Amino acid sequence: MATAATVHAHAPQGFIRKYIFSLDHKVIGIQYFFLALTAVWVGMFLSLLMRIHLIWPTAVLPLVGEIKPETYLSLLTMHGTIMVFFVLTTAPQGGFGNYFLPIQIGAPDMAFPVLNMLSFWTTFVAFVFMLAAFFVTGGAPLHGWTGYPPLSAVQSAGPGEGLGADLWITSIAIFCVASLMGALNFLTTTLDMRAKGMTMMRMPLTVWSWFITAILGLLAFGVLLSAGILLLMDRNLGTSFYVPLVVVNGVKLGHKGGSPLLWQHLFWFFGHPEVYIAILPGMGVTSQILSTFSRKPIFGYKAMVYAMLGIGFLGFMVWGHHMFMSGMSPYSAFAFSLLTMCIGVPSAIKTFNWLGTMYKARIRFHTPMLYAIGFVSLFVSGGLSGPFLAQPVLDIQLHDTYFVVGHFHLIMGVAAIFGMFAATYYWFPKMFGRMMNETWGRVHFFITLAGTYAIFMPMHYLGIAGGTRRYSQYTEVAYLQKLMPIHQFMTYAAIITIAAQFIFVINLFWSMFKGPKAGDNPWESTTLEWTTATPPPHDNFGGVTPVVNHGPYEYGVPGAPRDYVMQTDPATGSAH
Amino acid sequence: MATYTSSTPVNQLGRGGDRPAPPNGGDDGQFHGSSLPNYGARLRRARLGLICGIATVSMVFISLTSAYIVRQGLPTFDGATNSYVRDWGQVQLPWLLLAINTVLLVISSLTMEVARRNIARRAALAPLKSIPGISLEERSFPWLGVTVLLGFGFLVGQWLAWGELKGRGFFVDTNPNSSFVYLLTAVHAVHLTGGIIALLWAAVTSLLHRPIEGRRIVVDVAAWYWHFMAVLWIYVFALLAFAR
Repeated sequence: MATAATVHAHAPQGFIRKYIFSLDHKVIGIQYFFLALTAVWVGMFLSLLMRIHLIWPTAVLPLVGEIKPETYLSLLTMHGTIMVFFVLTTAPQGGFGNYFLPIQIGAPDMAFPVLNMLSFWTTFVAFVFMLAAFFVTGGAPLHGWTGYPPLSAVQSAGPGEGLGADLWITSIAIFCVASLMGALNFLTTTLDMRAKGMTMMRMPLTVWSWFITAILGLLAFGVLLSAGILLLMDRNLGTSFYVPLVVVNGVKLGHKGGSPLLWQHLFWFFGHPEVYIAILPGMGVTSQILSTFSRKPIFGYKAMVYAMLGIGFLGFMVWGHHMFMSGMSPYSAFAFSLLTMCIGVPSAIKTFNWLGTMYKARIRFHTPMLYAIGFVSLFVSGGLSGPFLAQPVLDIQLHDTYFVVGHFHLIMGVAAIFGMFAATYYWFPKMFGRMMNETWGRVHFFITLAGTYAIFMPMHYLGIAGGTRRYSQYTEVAYLQKLMPIHQFMTYAAIITIAAQFIFVINLFWSMFKGPKAGDNPWESTTLEWTTATPPPHDNFGGVTPVVNHGPYEYGVPGAPRDYVMQTDPATGSAH
Repeated sequence: MATYTSSTPVNQLGRGGDRPAPPNGGDDGQFHGSSLPNYGARLRRARLGLICGIATVSMVFISLTSAYIVRQGLPTFDGATNSYVRDWGQVQLPWLLLAINTVLLVISSLTMEVARRNIARRAALAPLKSIPGISLEERSFPWLGVTVLLGFGFLVGQWLAWGELKGRGFFVDTNPNSSFVYLLTAVHAVHLTGGIIALLWAAVTSLLHRPIEGRRIVVDVAAWYWHFMAVLWIYVFALLAFAR
């Protein structure tokens, strides 16, 4: 088995081995980052089409023409799937985790570099399969990102449910395999490759978040893979795992006795931990940035670790709260509801500690810090609607409304994306050796923050007012017509917010080549990635193996020669 | 907050490092200090990766088992009798063939273990070869090759079992029970094929005269995986036999 040692003796020189099929975790991290960046633009474009269609339903749009109801459902499906899998799962863990986990623990690479490369390229193949669904006969599937049968399990159920749906399921299955390879690598690397002195309780909270995310991935993606295999069999081999007796267009199909709820159980056993797979790395990077730019130790380091572990553990026990509408036993619903409420406890601990970190701090309001604060804001705003939906009696009212769309976009979607923005602005100097433009970073932040709230907060009102989700048109129903001004407002906000993302992309690429050169530690941070050169050499530390003497967040140390102590500083006060 | 003085160990400051560094570093103690960790560390790392892999495969089979149990108990509406009935159905499994396959796999696990111990011994003795006057017997019975043959034998046996099932009129879509028989045996076979590929890789590295330490790691990890495959098959067989 190729391990870090066997493949890492010499840096590859050829273009293909260095940049395409690279074994270097840093290059692979950047590959993941750009894959996710591509995916997010595709996903965002699809959401733009949906928002435009919602307020101008008869408009003929370039590239897609007039959007029919089934086209709208395809856009909905592909937007959700691409965003959840290829953005929220890919960038925080595969991108930043891959790049910085080994460096932050003082390792020269991931434990299994070949597996790491395979993991990325498998993800890439999965993305190609997903996009291919647009271009086959019938187009992309329309069963939503949750793929509920019988719609997803019957080929004749609608346009897009033929080859498009097969490609969709295959893509998800391939993605599962890639994620499992990645999780295996993350866990082994964290457990076995930490530098001397890097005890578990000295690991940066970013490392903890990637580590816990990897555990969740390891246990969750296998279940989705199994569920996907059963779905493919129902679709193509005539089995009846999920499909009951179904009549489509007057034709009785050969299935009988299957249960769509079986899929829901398996899917959500994966699906709820997936929410934390998306958000935990954002929590880690937010903790890292809040401490760095507040110039204070993170408030309650151990509590933060245990809170993340608690969130991860509870995340596996609450999948049923996605299924209150399925007619489950009230006793089951009560148990799922209670456990869901319990997640509020570690979440509140984290929020309290983030605020405690910033309390009375001399905060440096650089762009990464703004995004980290934005993350906390969105985490609170999106999280507070969670307890509403955790109660079966309220969920039954709100489940199929925009309230849920607003909730999960704030907490899982945009909060996680703010975590990615924070990580990008924070680590860009280390990754590319140059600084991003601060002014445009702030402009980007304020427009995105305001735009995000303008898009997703009104959804809560829409939902409470009975605004149903997943409908392609609201113009034909009287009471929904009265809600159209809110839809119009959200669409305008979406157009402005999406336009503002060009600021980010231009800043990113411009700074990559023209930004001012960055020093090795421009933010005066303490963790190991800031002790090495910018950008880091092939083996991360230039042949030197770091020795760790300190915790990750020793800022504002009274009496110290400077206001922070690097993790590698000598163990006594004789440093510097 | 603690105060920083020249006599205060700095690792007692801040919030993350309230314990002194262990004498041998993180929890590793062997990797750091060199870009080439020693053989023991590499072996341990590979085994750790394998444990993670086994956890993943276990989750696949746990979820399939839960689907098996849930689907087994599902009622379906029968229009003829206007009532709910169970449609799980029966499958006449080729017991003898499956039992022979099980024996094959268990024997292969034993041969694999012998191969693992053989190469571990040779790897341990390898440094002695440089001592003048000491010669080590290089040739040994090809236990690895026997394991691969037995593994192929198991897969062929499973294929024959499928053929027998079809001969008895049980296809993948005959009833939910038969669907699961095909599904569970196929998923197990796919994973076992992965083990065979690993063993073939070990054989190739042997032919290429790669260092014995590297080969030992491949064989060691493949062996533990192989044992897991044997246990997993016994579990699947028991599920199909006793939870029908």
